[in-house]
Formats: sequence, structure tokens, C-alpha cells
Amino acid sequence: MNEEAGASGPPARAGLADDERRLGWLMLGPALLYIGGFVGVPFVLAVLLSFSDATVGDPHIHRLVGLVNYRRAIAQPQFWTALGNSLWITFLTLLALAVLATALSELLARPFRLKRLVQTLIILPWAMPVSLAAVAWLWLLDSTFSPLDWLFRRIHLLGPGGWFGPGLHFYYLGRTGLAIASIVTVNVWRMLPLATLIVLAGRMSIPRELFDQAQIDGAGFFRVLLRISIPALMPVLTVALLFAALMVFGDMATVALLTRGGPGTATQVLPYWAFLQGINGGDLSGGAAVALFMLPVLAGVAIAALRLAYRSQQS
Amino acid sequence: MAILEVRGIKKHFGRIRAVDGVDFRTRDGELFAVLGLSGSGKSTLMRLVAGLEQPTEGDILLDGKSVVGIPPRHRNVAMVFQSYALYPHMTVRDNITFPLRARKVPREKWAEKLDWVTAMLGIGPLLDRRPTRLSGGEKQKVALARALVRDPELFIFDEPLSALDALVRNTARAELRELQRRTGITTLYVTHDQLEALGLGDRVAVMRGGRVHQIDTPADLHARPADTFVARFIGNPPMNLIERDAQVLGIRPEHLLPAAAAHVADPGLRLQLRISHLEFLGEHWVAYGFDESGQSKERIVARLSQERGEFGALVGQVADFVAERRNIKIFDKQSGRLVGQV
Amino acid sequence: MRRGLRTVAFYCGLAAFTLFSVFPGIWMVLTVFKRNTDLYSIAANPFWFHPGPTVRHLLFLFTGTHFLRFALNSLLIGACVVPITLLLSVPAAYALARLTGRWGERSGMVLFLVYLIPPTLLFLPMYQVVTFLGLANTLWALVLVYPTITVPFCTWLLLGFFKSIPRDLDEAAMIDGCSRFEAFRRAVLPLALPGIGACVVFAFSLQLSDYIYAATFVTATGAMPVSVGVPTELIRGDVFFWQGLMAADAIVAIPLMLAYGLLFERLVSGFQSAETAAAGS
Repeated sequence: MNEEAGASGPPARAGLADDERRLGWLMLGPALLYIGGFVGVPFVLAVLLSFSDATVGDPHIHRLVGLVNYRRAIAQPQFWTALGNSLWITFLTLLALAVLATALSELLARPFRLKRLVQTLIILPWAMPVSLAAVAWLWLLDSTFSPLDWLFRRIHLLGPGGWFGPGLHFYYLGRTGLAIASIVTVNVWRMLPLATLIVLAGRMSIPRELFDQAQIDGAGFFRVLLRISIPALMPVLTVALLFAALMVFGDMATVALLTRGGPGTATQVLPYWAFLQGINGGDLSGGAAVALFMLPVLAGVAIAALRLAYRSQQS
Repeated sequence: MAILEVRGIKKHFGRIRAVDGVDFRTRDGELFAVLGLSGSGKSTLMRLVAGLEQPTEGDILLDGKSVVGIPPRHRNVAMVFQSYALYPHMTVRDNITFPLRARKVPREKWAEKLDWVTAMLGIGPLLDRRPTRLSGGEKQKVALARALVRDPELFIFDEPLSALDALVRNTARAELRELQRRTGITTLYVTHDQLEALGLGDRVAVMRGGRVHQIDTPADLHARPADTFVARFIGNPPMNLIERDAQVLGIRPEHLLPAAAAHVADPGLRLQLRISHLEFLGEHWVAYGFDESGQSKERIVARLSQERGEFGALVGQVADFVAERRNIKIFDKQSGRLVGQV
Repeated sequence: MRRGLRTVAFYCGLAAFTLFSVFPGIWMVLTVFKRNTDLYSIAANPFWFHPGPTVRHLLFLFTGTHFLRFALNSLLIGACVVPITLLLSVPAAYALARLTGRWGERSGMVLFLVYLIPPTLLFLPMYQVVTFLGLANTLWALVLVYPTITVPFCTWLLLGFFKSIPRDLDEAAMIDGCSRFEAFRRAVLPLALPGIGACVVFAFSLQLSDYIYAATFVTATGAMPVSVGVPTELIRGDVFFWQGLMAADAIVAIPLMLAYGLLFERLVSGFQSAETAAAGS
């Protein structure tokens, strides 16, 4: 019919911008290269480092000394405390998160007044940098001036004649059990917004008909929750908990600022122990060895993640 | 205007043979319908012609020139998607002029083209709206306008009516045909709906399993199905297929007449049917029944053109039906191919 | 009756969660304006001011500490990290969503597995890499390293957004005269803007939240970001400048909270498509 629209360019063959395969790799390439370079290389270095005798003063890997660093690491009692605490704290955090994120997303799935405001306030913990959040909690849980202690004194749980004895303070961060509980609380507080976001997104994808059908069948709130919401939410809940597990297990800022591993070494965790050894103690290789003990746990998480991806691909 | 020719085209995805050797050649300005169920390979065929997929084997020619290996943007082929695929972030006007912009047509020429297509499709009042604010029928018109604006050599329509509700669909179908006639642009029309294919197509290709079973005019497709698949696929209700020894006899329901009322000069087949129920289809009745005398347990359909009163009593009874010899098709039982008439 | 009870329970639950989330924030903001005598008094009601609030400590944060420096550093790092993140993850996510097929899927998996390796495992060798590149003790070290945290997460998020955009649109654009790349740029990218917005906020807050890299690489006050600078400078041994610490925290957290709040619904729908994308195809 006319020429100008059809034959715009004489070389009508495919260029790079048309070649899907090559264009795809070109677009994916930079990210892969970057990640390969800045995660792959350090990862290999981390392994090498843990077998070497490098220090902060002399950070070069001159020779490999085999399993010396690992043997040194497991010979220290603090290492075992740190490993145990890391696992225990992560486990407790996930347990609490699973319950709270499901509950909160159930609430947020409904319409109500001031929803925007509530959503905004609930996300506050996620908006705080971890270290500053830890500092805020440090002040909130202060041994002498904690407002929580003041509240407990007001309702006579603390102080003379109180349930928890005549003392005026709980010393949240000064007693082993309470200190662990405090760290778990801060972790839960910090991760709840992200976990809720992920679970809420899954909650919104459940087809409405499922709930309508349940309602017609006369199911009550808890039956709907148990029979419909929770089973349908299992996959996203797992995603949320995976994210949380990584962030909590790999985090050192909370412990570093809140308890510094104390009282004594009662709340020491693996990442902070690695940091103390590697940077403060100047023992790069020893720190790397400690850090690498996180790997089996992370590998377990990775396998779980892959399984999940595989399973959802099957269905 | 152009002639589309497809030669021995194959497209395999791993072990799946989506298109497995298809040949055809359209005429200039023809509306060529491709009819098939989902999984028949019709969509892949269409995507091959558009350039969205590269063939494993074979050639595609547009006006005698091979277009294999040429990216879609350098083929002057326009397409209307089933979903219409209007760009949601652009106004109707920007949607329609998008092909001109993408093809670097000088801006001075846009207004003229835009006026021409808006007038032709009557969508002037919609130009400043966003696609989300359009009805299904309006979206379809905008999609057509976007396809038309750049004077394509070939149109590809991918089930353009299936997203419309039944009320709009008939009007839209008529308008589509009218538009295609007026512009005279060769059109490849892909659909799973035989009413659309038979109603719109100058010729229809029936596809199954990546192959073309028959290419013919709608009337010939109906009258002389090339094999049992086409026979069963085309027509509503479909052709009765009755096994007799090494052959399969095909009789259209409208040719199977009640022996008592019909005057049949040269009966080629006589059947005793036990009628199970009657169905009203608008201007006629259809009887469903089973062959009492034959071996097959297949349901047989006969069309009754008279009033129900005469047949009401038939339900549950056995009645004789006959067919004219010349209306009976014979298929080979093994290959399913049409071998002749009785 | 049952209905009424349920409504009460609903609002009580909501109030409890909200209180749990904001209580440290409330305490934080109250602290900022307290006088020292008031702050260190056991008997007085800690939720009120005795006598009256003061802005002295807030001013001190800006005039007596390097807080502004830290904030500027964090902003500068963010201003570099966010574009780098988008530049890497937007094309990568599109390629994974549309172009690369089976092998792309596998390399995409690698990209996500990387996310499972926490900075606390990598910080020691990363310190060596940074030293080797001569970037130790500068904020450029952080600019270089933070995308390892942001790129995998943002790619995952964007992949969902791209998968939720119908393929028909890319193909329509290609038939209309675009190359594959132009189709991405003109037809798909504008529709992914909400996802990109979500990525901007996430990338910014992820980099802001890092502690270990900053604590490892940067020891010079002038190059510290907020997350390390504020605790380092306002905690001197056993002396805590509580009001200043809380003020810094509030100044950083509140704007980010508002940004997240504005994006909340979009984030939910973004995660939704990311999840269905992971489950589908």
C-alpha cells in the first residue's frame, strides 16, 4: 500500500536488540558478573582465609595451615555458647514471628478506619537501621531508667510487695534468660513488618470464593483460620520465615549494641564472635573460620528454599 | 496488499511438535481463517508468521520474499491480540500512533493517518481516554485502529472476538468483515470458534496436532469434509459417523430424515433409531437417539424441520430414518480420509 | 452480641500490634526533648516532662556532633547505591522474566542463593578486597559493596512485577515496530514503575541498615554512615548521649517510615506478584 511504513531500513535482518538470547545474557550479565565478583570471590577468599594464618596486621594469605583455625575455634567455650545462642535465638524468633505475622496479616486483610495510619506505624521497626533500633531498645531496656520497669512498678508487679519481688528493676539485659528474651523481642519487633508484608501479600492472593464458601458452610472464625488461611499461607509463611531466618541468624548489630554478648558471654552469637575475633582481635583467619561455621545452617536454609521453589514449580 | 505463503513450516519445542509441516498460500486480499482447538498449533503458526517465533524448518513468504529471520518490526505485519494488548499507560491516541512513532514515520504524517483510522472505526470521542476506561468493544476498535494505522501488508487476528460478550460479538464480527473488505488487506484470522471461521473466512484451514487437515471454502468444508476429524469438527450438531464394515458413513443431521414424513427418492441408508430426547434449537428441532439395528453405540443426531407436534410422541420410541444416497459420505475406517459417496 | 465482641477483639488486637511496633518510637521521641535531670530520675513519670521539654539536645546533635556528616554520607551512599542497584537489577529481572529461558532460570537461582550468604560471613575477605582496591576507610568501599545486598533482593522483587505484566504487551510493541529492547523500554518499563519505586525504597533502607560492613571498612569519623557513626560518636565508653541518639534515630526512621507507609499497598501487591511468579511458571 505504501512504502515508507514498511521498508524503514534497508538491512531488515535481526540486530542485537532483536536477538533474544544474546540480549538476555547482555541484560543479565552485569548483575551476574557483579555478584560473581563481589560475592563469589570473597566467598572463596573466606574459605581460603579460614585455612590460612592471616591477621589484620598482615592480611595476605601466605600459606595454608589446614584445619588449625577450625580446631582453635572449637576449642574455645565461647564458640559453643555463640553457636548455641545463634540457633536458639533464631529458632525462638521464627516461632514468634510465625504466629504474630499470621495474626497481624489476618487483621490487616480487613478494611477498617485509619488503615493507612496503622499500616504506616506498623512498618516503623523496619524503617530503622538495625544499629539504631538496637540503641533505641538499649535505652528502653535500661537497667535503671526503663519506662517498662516504671509501668510494672505502677501496677505493683515490681517493687516492695510486687509479684516479681521487692526489687525495683528487672535488669532485662543483665540476666541471661531475660537478655536472650530481649534479643528475641528486638528481632521479632524488627522483622515483623517484612514478614507481615510477605504473608499479607499471600493472604490477599487466596481466592475470595474460598472464604465465601466457608462462610456458607457455617465455619467460624477459628475454623476458617485453621482450615483455609493457614494451609493456604504455608508457602508464603515459609518465604517470610526464610528471609527472617537469614536476617536474624546473620545479624550481629543487635547483639553488638544491645548486650555486647553479655552478661559475660551469655548472649554471644556466631557473627559477633567472628567479628570480635577477626577485627577487634586482629585474627582474620580465626574469625573467618568462626564465620564459616554459619555455612552448614545457611546451606540447610538454602536447600529448604530450593525445595520450596521446586515444589511450587511442580504444582 | 500481499500474498502470504507458508511452505513446509515446522516448529518444535523440544519434543513437542507444535507445528508439524504446514503449507498454504493465501490469495491477495483474502480473509484466511485458521480453525483449531487449543493445542492444535494455530497460535504457534500465527506467531511464526508474525515473527514472534522462529521456525525449526520451512519458509514463510510475504509477496514472494522470505521473511524468515526477519524480526517482527521489519515485517509489515499487524496483529490484533486476543487481549488487545493496549498499552495501559498511554491514551488511546498514543496507542494508535505508537506504531508510527516506533517506525519513525515523520510526525507531520501522523494527523492524517490518525484522522483516517478514527473516522473509519468511529472512535473519535475516545482518543483522550485511557484503555482501562474503555468497554470491550471499544478496546477492540482501538486495537484495530492501531493495527490499521500503518498500512500493513498483512493482518493477523488472534481470536479478536473471544473477549467480547455475546451481545457485542455479532456486531463486532460484521464490522470486522466490513473493515477487511474495505481495506482489502490480506488477513490471517485465527480462532477456535467455527462460527467465526465459517462466517468470516473466505477460506478456512482446519488444524489439529500441528497439521492442516483441510483448506477449503466454508461451504465445501461443510459439504465435503476431507476426513472424519473435519466431519466431526465442522457443523453444529456435527456429522453423524456410522461404522459399516471397513468404512465409516457420514451423514449430516439435516440429511437424516424421518422415513414416515420424508420423500426420499434414492435412499442410501435406513436406520432404526430409539429416540432418547428432543432439543429445540430455534428454528428447528433436533432428535438424539441410538441405532437399534447397528453395532455402534454412538449417539446419532437427526434434524427435524417440522413442528414438534408430529414428533412429541417419538421420545422413547423407535423410528425409521432414511438418507438420500448422494448425501452420504464414505470415509476409510483406517485413515479416516474421505473416499467417496455411496 | 457475638459480632460486637468480635469487633472489640479485632480492634484490641490491632491496638496491641500497633503499640508493640511504635512503643520504642514513642519512647524515643519523648526522650529527645527531656532534660538530663528529668531523664535520670527513677521516681518521676517517664512519659511526661518535669519540668518542660527542651530542644537543647536536638540542637547539640547538629552542632556538637558529626551527625550531619553521617547523614550526608548515608544520603550520598544511597544516592550511588540506589541507581547502581536499579541499573543492575532492572535489566536482570526483565531478562529472567522474559528472555533467558532455562539457563537463565538457573543463573537466577544463583542470584537468589547469594542472598543467603550474609554479610557477616563475607566481611573479613571483603575487607581484604576493599583494602586491595585501596578503598579502605572511604565510603566508596560501601558504595561498591552494598549492591551485593540490594541487587538480589530487588531482582527478586522486580521479577515478580515483570512477570505480572502480560507478555502480549512486549509482543504488540515488537509487532508495532520496536526491537525487543525498545519494547522493554517503551511498553514494559513504564508499567513496572511501581515496582521500581518499591525497589528504590528497599534498596535505600537496606543499605542504610547495614552495620557490619561499615563497622569493618570505615574507622575514620568523616566517612562513617549513620548506622555506625551515630553509635560510635554518641556512645563514649559508658557515657550515652541518649537524647542525641534517639534524635538521630527518629530523624532517620520517621521519613523512611512515611515512605514505606505511602508504598504499603503497592508493596503488598508487589510481593503478591513476586510470590505468584515464584509459584507459577
